[in-house]
Amino acid sequence: MNLLIKGGRVIDPSQGIDETMDILIADGVILELGKGLGSPEGFQVIDASGLLVTPGLIDMHVHLRDPGLEYKEDIATGSRAAAAGGFTSVACMPNTSPVIDNKAVASYVVNKAMSEALVNVFPVGAITKGSKGESLAEMGDLKEAGCVAVSDDGKPVCSTELMRRALEYAKGVGITVISHSEDLALVGEGVMNEGFVSTELGLKGIPWAAEDIAVAREVYLAEFAGAPVHIAHISTVGSARIIRNAKARGVKVTCETAPHYFTLTDEAVRGYNTNAKMNPPLRSDADVAAMKAGLADGTIDAIATDHAPHHLDEKDVEFNLALNGIVGLETSLPLSLKLVEEGVLDLKGLVSVMSCNPAKILGIDRGTLRAGAVADVTIIDPAKEWDVDAAKLESKSKNSPFIGWKVKGKAVYTVVKGQVVYQA
Amino acid sequence: MGFRHKDIIALKDLNKEEIQLLLDTADSLSEINRRDIKKVPTLRGKTVINLFYEASTRTRTSFEIAAKRLSADAVNITASTSSVTKGETLSDTANNLLAMKPDIIVMRHSISGAHEYLAKRVSCSVINAGDGAHEHPSQGLLDMLTMRQKFGKLEGLKVAIVGDITHSRVARSDIYGLTTMGAHVFLAGPPTMMPIGIERLGNVTVCKDMREAVDQADVVMMLRIQLERQGKTLLPSMREYARYFGLNPAVLALAKKDAIVMHPGPINRGVELSSFVADCDQSHILKQVENGVAVRMAMLYHVCGGEPVE
Repeated sequence: MNLLIKGGRVIDPSQGIDETMDILIADGVILELGKGLGSPEGFQVIDASGLLVTPGLIDMHVHLRDPGLEYKEDIATGSRAAAAGGFTSVACMPNTSPVIDNKAVASYVVNKAMSEALVNVFPVGAITKGSKGESLAEMGDLKEAGCVAVSDDGKPVCSTELMRRALEYAKGVGITVISHSEDLALVGEGVMNEGFVSTELGLKGIPWAAEDIAVAREVYLAEFAGAPVHIAHISTVGSARIIRNAKARGVKVTCETAPHYFTLTDEAVRGYNTNAKMNPPLRSDADVAAMKAGLADGTIDAIATDHAPHHLDEKDVEFNLALNGIVGLETSLPLSLKLVEEGVLDLKGLVSVMSCNPAKILGIDRGTLRAGAVADVTIIDPAKEWDVDAAKLESKSKNSPFIGWKVKGKAVYTVVKGQVVYQA
Repeated sequence: MGFRHKDIIALKDLNKEEIQLLLDTADSLSEINRRDIKKVPTLRGKTVINLFYEASTRTRTSFEIAAKRLSADAVNITASTSSVTKGETLSDTANNLLAMKPDIIVMRHSISGAHEYLAKRVSCSVINAGDGAHEHPSQGLLDMLTMRQKFGKLEGLKVAIVGDITHSRVARSDIYGLTTMGAHVFLAGPPTMMPIGIERLGNVTVCKDMREAVDQADVVMMLRIQLERQGKTLLPSMREYARYFGLNPAVLALAKKDAIVMHPGPINRGVELSSFVADCDQSHILKQVENGVAVRMAMLYHVCGGEPVE
């Protein structure tokens, strides 16, 4: 399909652009950006006046549950949720069944995505075999099969020695290591943030120190190994401070946070709400403020959703027994746009953390509207108000604390390789 | 006034008048327990299911006796002999029980919030007989009843609660109930057992030293230390715990002359309490157990709508 996106406010931090322009797309590639571009014959024209036109959004941390846990989500449904949320690319975590720790499983994901996915699916391979934290997975093979990063997400690599070797080895392979940073001994049997709310509810708490200590370890290891590390889903004042300080002294550390960590606090757990149960847990007001400050000053590089679908039966149980995680692909954009309304980020900043930076961290040729680039484009109506309705979510699972919220801002067109894959 | 709650999950949910009503009712029902024929027909035809997911002798027996003295039919289910061991979910268990049309489910569960979960899903009344480290409202009420009988009022009392506050559902219910009724609670315990923000639950003071909490107290409530669970990281040893947080005659002497000693039981002699203290005249531990039946009768009675007692 050939496309002319006309008269939108184009925001592309990769080229320093924020102005009203047209974009011409042919054969899946961006041909030209400019004002008053004529529409050649046979081009579909999208009138984008009043809308934002950005490089396709990238969610660098999602769980598609495929292979093995397709009753929660699969590559087709997960990619539909991504497209509906304005994401043109997602990186999917390897805690599937079996774990994506070898070329065969990685190839399965790549091939299935090729035939069934609406958006680009980039698999993340495991750091260790079976994500068991015992020996390194075959990172060279994983990269060759299409993996863009490695992570044992869902759990940390407990052995400091093994994590050191993982960072060194991955550096040689040229693949990003994503750390799920958590000191499991400190987490213990904790099921929510340790604080006043856990005291009141009588639920075992997870102290912020469990995250901070693990983040500090990764920072020191990255510094020592001279290798980059990306910290997944940070949620605490301390994590942001440690990473800010590390960046200042030149350590190659990047990090992401998720919309729920800058939108909700542990107050959301009241009523033993299992849709507010996640890992890391929802924290305090100070932590929410720290996430915003970290985004504002560039300490936090990316917003990722940690889209974690679970079946109703896995959430409709006593709090301690409920699985961790929420779906996030379809609510990320409005929750993140709120940061612009609040003055935390400007639109360029927002597009940086939701597209350009994730592309850079993963080393994928996306996150730009430069002529010649793959035509992944998101067109956003920032004023569109809508209700988060479980029945209308594309994801197979509906485990979201935002169900019933009124939100503002929606992707109205999602364009992947020049094809409109979603239209509101 | 009537009692407007379908369920009794937490003392946090009850206001002063409601607590007063439950205590007054318990006081009047306690007379039945001293009769020769200890039975009234008040809840005749009502069915009470005691669903216990955690081992308990005293609470379960107390609820069972309470139901029977009001002529309700009481059925006991314990987790080890139930479908839970076959993997049935709480929701399914509840639905199956509900199909047998009980009027009240009295539940004990190891997970905080399990009762809130259950109460939202069943039409019958749910009474919390202890959920995780959250609340134990019947214990809180019987503690208050015992104090009120001794002092005639709860307002202005100084109550010291000593021990493992973090894991104690009794402490939370006592704190909510007592502070709602105008008492002042002083807490003491090892810092490893004192949860964040506990002082924000009400009129609560956290003390560094047990003696500070007991000083001039009207009531000294000693909490049970779970020997099997806390030996690993929370305490160096039971010996040291007994030395710094155990109640002995010398520490008790700091309290008011007519102070009473309480404990939710079962007690670890020589740990929370020296035997001398456990058995002294000031000890009201068995009075608490006695009051437990009356308080539970009052709870069953009020969730059933509070028909007149004959």
